[in-house]
Amino acid sequence: MTNSTDKVLMDRLAEAARTGSISRRSFMNYAMAAGMTSTAATGLWTTSAKAAPTRGGTFRLGAHDGNTSDTHDPGTYVTFSMIQLVRTFRSFLTLIEPDGSLGPDVASEWSASPDAKEWTFKINDRATFHSGNKVTAADVIASMNHHRGDDTTSAAKALLADVEDIVDNGDNSVTVKLGSGNADLPWLMTDYHLPICPANDDGTLNWQSGDGCGPYKLTNTEFGVSYSLVRHDDWHLEGAYFDAIELIVLNDPNARQTALVTGDVDAITQLELKTLALLQRDPNIEIDNVPSAAAITMPMLCDTAPFDNVDVRNALKLSVNRDELIEKIAFGAATMGNDFHHSPAMPYWPDDIEQTPYDPDQAKSLLAKAGAEGLTVNLSVADSVYSGAVDMCVLYAEHAKAAGITINVNREPNDGYYSDVWLKKPWCAVQWGARPTPDVMYSLAYKDDAAWNESRWQNERFNELLLQAKAELDDTKRAEMYREMAILAKDDGGTVIPFFPNFVYARRKNVQHGPDLAASWQMDGARACSRWWFEG
Amino acid sequence: MGDIAKLVGQRLGLGLVILLVISVIIFFMVELLPGDIAQAVLGQGATEENLAALRKEMGLDQPAVVRYLAWLKDAVTFDFGSSIVTKEPVISIIGQRFKDTLFLAAYAAVIAVPVSIVLGVIVALLRNSIFDRTANVVTLSFISSPEFFLGYILILFFAVKWGMFPAIASLSEGMSLWDKLERTFLPALTLVLVVMAHMMRMTRAAIINLLASPYIEMARLKGAPPWKVIVKHALPNAWAPIINVVALNLAYLITGVVLVEVVYVYPGIGQALVDAVSKRDFPVVQACCLIFAATFILLNLAADVGAILTNPRLRHPK
Repeated sequence: MTNSTDKVLMDRLAEAARTGSISRRSFMNYAMAAGMTSTAATGLWTTSAKAAPTRGGTFRLGAHDGNTSDTHDPGTYVTFSMIQLVRTFRSFLTLIEPDGSLGPDVASEWSASPDAKEWTFKINDRATFHSGNKVTAADVIASMNHHRGDDTTSAAKALLADVEDIVDNGDNSVTVKLGSGNADLPWLMTDYHLPICPANDDGTLNWQSGDGCGPYKLTNTEFGVSYSLVRHDDWHLEGAYFDAIELIVLNDPNARQTALVTGDVDAITQLELKTLALLQRDPNIEIDNVPSAAAITMPMLCDTAPFDNVDVRNALKLSVNRDELIEKIAFGAATMGNDFHHSPAMPYWPDDIEQTPYDPDQAKSLLAKAGAEGLTVNLSVADSVYSGAVDMCVLYAEHAKAAGITINVNREPNDGYYSDVWLKKPWCAVQWGARPTPDVMYSLAYKDDAAWNESRWQNERFNELLLQAKAELDDTKRAEMYREMAILAKDDGGTVIPFFPNFVYARRKNVQHGPDLAASWQMDGARACSRWWFEG
Repeated sequence: MGDIAKLVGQRLGLGLVILLVISVIIFFMVELLPGDIAQAVLGQGATEENLAALRKEMGLDQPAVVRYLAWLKDAVTFDFGSSIVTKEPVISIIGQRFKDTLFLAAYAAVIAVPVSIVLGVIVALLRNSIFDRTANVVTLSFISSPEFFLGYILILFFAVKWGMFPAIASLSEGMSLWDKLERTFLPALTLVLVVMAHMMRMTRAAIINLLASPYIEMARLKGAPPWKVIVKHALPNAWAPIINVVALNLAYLITGVVLVEVVYVYPGIGQALVDAVSKRDFPVVQACCLIFAATFILLNLAADVGAILTNPRLRHPK
C-alpha cells in the first residue's frame, strides 16, 4: 500500500464493505490481492462494516457565533448557533441531502404547474410537533406568512416577495402561488428562516413557545450559552441516532479547539485555519474540510468611475493572484473563484469555463485601452468579513502593483460595516453565506433591480436569462443558461470573486458520519445532530 | 459612630448622582455607535422595509431623549425595563449571570485576599531576601501579562497537558458546589494571579513604610521578635492602604472579568454586556453598567469606612 492507486482501491473496498455490497470473503480476497496482510484486512473490514449508524449517547457540540440576544423568532435568525439549533429542533418543508440534492422533509412530495407558477407541497402525515399535535396545512401557511406582508420584521421577506398567495387544499397539502414562475421554490424552502412552527388560532405564528417538529426537542434553552435537547421519538424522518444533544456556544476559537482536544465536547464548528495544521496532528481528532458555496466577493460599483469602464473591471480581475490568496489567507481551505457567483458546490455548475489567470501584463494593456494607466483605487474591508480579510486585501494590493495599479486598503470598523460600507463604498470586500442554487444567489445580488445588487451591475442579456432560467423546469436547458450567465458575469460583471472558502470543522474520532457532507452549511448542512452517530 | 452614619449617608447620596450621570453618558454613547438595533438584529438580511417595521415595533421611531426619559421614569422605581431585542425583562437576563459573576469573584477573592496579605507580611519580614525578590518577580509577571494570555497558559498546562481541570467552565443547573468549584477553578486561579501582585506589594510597602517609625524602633529595642513587630505593631497601622487596595481589586474581580469569561466560556455578566453592546440593546447595557458603577461606589465606600474604623485618627480630620 505505497502508491495512491492502492489507496483508492482500499477506499473503494472499504466503501463497498460499508454499504454491504461486498461479502466478507470477497473483501478479504481483494484486500490481500492488493497487498494487505490478513490482519490489516480484518481490521479494515471491522472498522468499515462498523460504520453502520448506531444509536445512543449524548452529542456535545461546541458551536461558534451565539449571542445572548438570540431568540426563537425565525424571521430574525442571524447567528450560526441558531441556524445549527433550528435544524436540530425544527423542520422545514424540504432539506438538502448530504449529496447536495433536494430531499423531502415536512413536505413528503411536491409538484409544479408547467409554468412553475404554482407549487403544491404534500405534508408528511407522520410529521408531529413536540407538543403531540400533527403538522397541518394551517401551520405551514402561518410559518410562511410570518415572513410576508407589510409589517413583517423578517429578514426572509425578500426571499418570499414573489409569493402571491398560499392556500390550504384541504387534503393535507398547500399550494404556493407565485407572481412569476420559479423552478427553485422547493430549494428556497430549505432557507433557515423558514422552519415550520405551530400556528395560533388567529393564523399568526407561535414561535415563542420553542415548539418544533424536528428530530430533537428542547429541554433547556439559554440563549447565547447552551441548549439541551432529547430525541423526538415521533420524528418523521430517518436518523437522530444520538439520545440527547448538548449544544454549547463557544465563541472563542481557542476555547472551541481546546474543548475538543480535552474531550469537553465531541465536535466543534469553524476551526481557526491558522492552527489547522497543528490540530491535524492530534490522533483523536478528525477534521472535515468541505468545499462550500459560501463566497468572498469584492463588488465594484459599476455606475461609479473608474469602475464604470469594463476594461478597468477586467484589469482588476486579472491583477489578483488567486493561488496565493488561497494558500496564504485561506490556508488551502478554499475553492478558486472565477468572478461568477456560482460555486462547484451548487447545482448546475458549469465546469468548462476558462479560469481568469493572474496576468499583470494583460491588465496593463486593458488599462492602456481604457486610458487609465497607473490607476489608483480604494478597497474597503473590515476584520469581521473573513478571518484574514484585511491581509487578503493588502496581498491583493501587492499583486496589483505589477500591473501598475495602486490599491489603497481602507480598514473600516466591524460595527456597522454592512450598513455603512457595503452597497455604499465604490469597492469593498464581503462574505456571502452559501445559497442553495445559482438562481437564489443571482436574484439576490446580481439582478438589475435587486436591493442588494452589490455591484449595481446592469446587463440586459444576463437579466433576461435569469428570468428565463428561473421558470425553466428542464434541467439541461437551465444548466446551459447558467453557463452563459456565468460567462457574462465573468467578462462583464463588477464583482471580483477570489475564492469560495471551505467549511472546516472537527470532531472526536468516535463520532462518525456518512460518506458525504452537505455543503449548504457547516456541520453537514447544520444537521450533524440528526445525521451523525457515535461509533458503537 | 454618628459621624460614620453621616458619612455613609452623604456618600450614598453622591453615589446616586454619579449613577444618574453615568446612565446619561452610557445612553448617548450607545446612541453614537454606528448602526442601530434594527440593523444589528437583521444583520446582512436588512432591507429598508423590514428595518422600518422592526424600528417601529421596538419603539425606535421616538426621539432619543424621549426614550431615555421613559427609561429613567421606570428605573427610579427599580424597573429596568425589558431587552429591546428579546423582550425579556432585564432582571431575568442578567440576574443569573450576575450571581455567577459574584460566585466567581467570591471564589477568587477568598483565595486571593488572604494569600496576598499573608504573602505581603512574609515578604516584608524577609525583605530584600531571595524569597522577597522571587515573589515580587513572579507576581509582577502575572499582573503584567494580559488575562487571556494567562488563561491560555493555564489551560495549556492544567487542561490540555495534565488533564487536571476542565478547559471550559460552563455551568449547568443542579451542579453540586464541589463540581462548580472544580469547573471554575481555572478561571478563578487566573483572576487570583491577576489581582495578587497589587495587594501583596501594597501590604509590603505599607508595612515597610512604618518600620522606620519611632514606635517600631521602641518595639525592637524592648526585644520583640521581628514577626511580632510586624504583625502586632506595624500591621494594625497599615490596614488603611491595604483595605483600599483590596476593595479596588474586589471591584476589578466583578467588573474586569470579560476576557476571562470569554477564554473559559463562563456565562457571566461581562459576556452579556458585550453581546448587548454589539446589538445596541440599551436597557441591558445600561443595567450592566449601572451594576458595575454601583459596585465601584459601594466598594470604595466600604474601603473608606473600613479605613476609618481601623484608624480612629481619620475620624477627626484637622
